[in-house]
Amino acid sequence: MSPQSRVWLAGGLLAAVLAAALYFPALRHQVRNAAQLTEKTAEQARRELLPVMPAASSEPKVKVKMFWGSGNDDGLLRAVTVELPLSDDPVLRAKEVLNTLLAGPVDSEARTLPPDAALLAFYILPDGTAIADFSEALGTSIPSGIQSEQLAIDSIARTLEANVPQVQRIKILIHGQEVETLAGHIDLTQTFRVNTKVPGAPIPPAPSAVSAITAPIEKAVKKVENAVKR
Amino acid sequence: MIAALLAGAFALAVMAASQTTPQSATTPVKQTAAQSTAPPQSATAPPSQTQFVPRGGLTTVVLDPAHGGVDLGARGTEGIRESEVVLVFAAEVRKTLEAQGFQVVMTREGNDNPSFDDRSARANAQHGAVFVTLHIASTGVAGTVRVYVVPDIPPSGDATGLIPWDRAQGPFVGLSHKLGDFVQAELTKRFRGSPDTALVAPVRQLRTTAAPAIAVEISSVTVPERADLDHMVSGVAEAIAHGIVAFKPSYVLPVPSGTPGVAQP
Repeated sequence: MSPQSRVWLAGGLLAAVLAAALYFPALRHQVRNAAQLTEKTAEQARRELLPVMPAASSEPKVKVKMFWGSGNDDGLLRAVTVELPLSDDPVLRAKEVLNTLLAGPVDSEARTLPPDAALLAFYILPDGTAIADFSEALGTSIPSGIQSEQLAIDSIARTLEANVPQVQRIKILIHGQEVETLAGHIDLTQTFRVNTKVPGAPIPPAPSAVSAITAPIEKAVKKVENAVKR
Repeated sequence: MIAALLAGAFALAVMAASQTTPQSATTPVKQTAAQSTAPPQSATAPPSQTQFVPRGGLTTVVLDPAHGGVDLGARGTEGIRESEVVLVFAAEVRKTLEAQGFQVVMTREGNDNPSFDDRSARANAQHGAVFVTLHIASTGVAGTVRVYVVPDIPPSGDATGLIPWDRAQGPFVGLSHKLGDFVQAELTKRFRGSPDTALVAPVRQLRTTAAPAIAVEISSVTVPERADLDHMVSGVAEAIAHGIVAFKPSYVLPVPSGTPGVAQP
């Protein structure tokens, strides 16, 4: 090999080493990011894919009674009043209060539902039965036991009872499926009574925007008609 | 599957009939809480219930140490596993009950995990039995013990008297409350801070059990040391045994209407 070729070869090798020194840290950073992505649980991925709840910030804030634990590990609930912008629509209203329940109280000891659980779907049947579909974490992350599972169900039922009168009973699904128990104890094949004050009463229709506008007009027309008759 | 459940239900009804010792053809009907919600019967239908005492009375206790196998149950500090600890409690409860003259049937004695239905089936195959499922909680004030019974289960309205498997506890809810209150009272004497009466919760294991049935839950696996739970073993065993002894005179079972071979008033 001629001296000139050796110089070219050495130069090429030096350039390759320099390029590698610059490229490897960037590659390592990319690998770390990829590893972090794969570490995300299926639950997290599912939560990110969930449709974002329509922001109810335009709604007026109302006082809402939330039922979290007492924080004393005694299996009892404590009512806490918070202010939330709530829709008049019972489904949106129920989603809002259940998501607030899942988000948890300021005191984490009073939490009744696991922090990584998510509400996947919620709807109300014409007979007043609500269907709430939660992510798997509701069953897998809740402390196992009769007391803790019953507290979770009670906090959901009492919070709905206080804020969504259209819901009379609730059926809980896990990831779209009926499951035998919440976490090995409490029976989820049944429905849970929510509104105990009006058993069997017909469900009042949700107040619609149209009826809210037309009702006062109809009332005024009737008043005029009565005055004309007299 | 449905045929198997119906066959199981039929077996329950026939079993009850074969063991029947009707107290009196004119015994007033005593309705349990579950029956009080029954729809009105037609004018030609016989009265819905009579009562009987199984031959020999209450002789057997079916003990169910919960979880087992791959299902470890609640897990706490110091490597405490519910599925292991309940076996220790169950062994002591068994010893105490046998000393009181009861026959004890265990749903599991090793590290296996029978299904809910298999455990209930052990109880449903006995005559003159009550069922006690033992649990250690993840929560609750350490050193307290709670008894749970299921809420009312509406009857299926089946005129044949067959009891659907998933409502097997229905006719026994009233008796389960009574048993639960007796056992809870004994537990509260020994473990301060426990409730005064049995609590109500839809515990899955109890729903398919055709006998007075309670769940006993001890707090908790989060105690600082395993010894804290071990100190509770004899007290829990005594309380359960004394509670069952106190309940024994109340053991008068309802007979479903239409049960073959049962004299109707």
